[in-house]
Amino acid sequence: MITKRIIPCLDVRNGQVVKGTNFVGLREIASPVELAKEYSACGADELVFYDITASSDGRDLFTDVLTETARNVFIPLTVGGGIRSLKDFDRVLKCGADKVSVNSGAIADPTLISRAAKVYGDQCVVLSVDVKRVNGVYRVFAKGGREDTGLDALDWIKKGIDEGAGEIVLNSIDTDGVKKGFDLEMLAAVTAFSTVPVIASGGAGCIEDFITLFKTLPKVDAGLAASIFHFGEVSIADLKREMQKNAIPARIVKE
Amino acid sequence: MTVIVDYGVGNLFSLKSSLAVVGEESVISSDKMVIERADRVILPGVGAFRDAMEKLRASGLVDTLRKVVSQGKPLLGICLGMQLLFDKSYEYGEHEGLGFISGVVAPIPVKEGIKIPHMGWNALSFGEQKHTLFRYLSEGDYVYFVHSYAAVGCESAVIARTEYGSPVTAAVAKGNILGCQFHPEKSGEVGLKILRAFAEIKEGEL
Repeated sequence: MITKRIIPCLDVRNGQVVKGTNFVGLREIASPVELAKEYSACGADELVFYDITASSDGRDLFTDVLTETARNVFIPLTVGGGIRSLKDFDRVLKCGADKVSVNSGAIADPTLISRAAKVYGDQCVVLSVDVKRVNGVYRVFAKGGREDTGLDALDWIKKGIDEGAGEIVLNSIDTDGVKKGFDLEMLAAVTAFSTVPVIASGGAGCIEDFITLFKTLPKVDAGLAASIFHFGEVSIADLKREMQKNAIPARIVKE
Repeated sequence: MTVIVDYGVGNLFSLKSSLAVVGEESVISSDKMVIERADRVILPGVGAFRDAMEKLRASGLVDTLRKVVSQGKPLLGICLGMQLLFDKSYEYGEHEGLGFISGVVAPIPVKEGIKIPHMGWNALSFGEQKHTLFRYLSEGDYVYFVHSYAAVGCESAVIARTEYGSPVTAAVAKGNILGCQFHPEKSGEVGLKILRAFAEIKEGEL
């Protein structure tokens, strides 16, 4: 049986890992390569690297980090942040990424999804969506959660899947950084129709939040989090053991 | 020395890096001479079957692979590289493969609760006899899969299966011709153990 995946997410700026609350107040904490090795050793099923630098210097630092990680860590790597063209796909795939996550770039030009899927395959294209409730409806936000696009989130995700996205990362801005649990209501709305894997993101504060996620919504394929792993509040090894105890299929890494 | 066949399909960086970690020297090459001189050969691949087969033919490597196989050198196909070993595939039509192992590549059966692609970590089951490729593994070890099509009609060659709605061919072997549907280079420590075992197989051993 396929396991539920646990995915630490590393936001990288100027070659360092950062994590903020509600997307504001970023601070630098650690070497991404070292963190990636540690996560892989304790059972992370996949890693996501988001490039949150804007400068070209920062971009070069990011690809260096990625290359070094791919040389040492042998689990799937997804890369996102500033992906706007097939050239961007090519750049990160050459550095050892397995999947590429698109967000604002796909909103600006939805054909980016289908063009990339045609060249690299559906499995390579991850659609990452930042969603926030506005007047009772799910709305897509762009630019790191700062800009309301006016798009209906469920319509956008359906379109993304039709265009060839092989996976959805659903990040709830409403629960992100709050550490009170995943946005189960929003996730249920998406898993109800999604034919591709759905990764829950935003809101995990403790092990119990992951257990609740997978027990309440068996259609969710993976849980993604950042700061709780970086700051050691949740150990991935403990989390996997707890999942196993709760009869949630999990890959346990032998120490 | 292992040669990773470069025919313009997929990212070979992780594969080369993982072989380095298990102490196996490797080169990425599309040069027939280099491939023929290898101790063992890996045929990688991601993407669509037809494109990959066309690229293999265009690069003139089909005969080279045939030669490698007839010399008794271990050949390991990974993911799409494994699918190419079969007679044909039904991915977007019907396309002829290398025909090294009897069987065909067909869509994974769609069932309630089964999402396509089959993407993630799934457990291996070896049956009665564990192939030498898996000699460092235990029953139920997890490896990383990403695929929408799978080999069928190849029962006598199957050396590992996984469960995804129904039993899915995870690995095959016919003499010195080996194939993994999953990605050993993305399967953490378990994957490295498989690559180590492969690197230890000698020419003519299988």
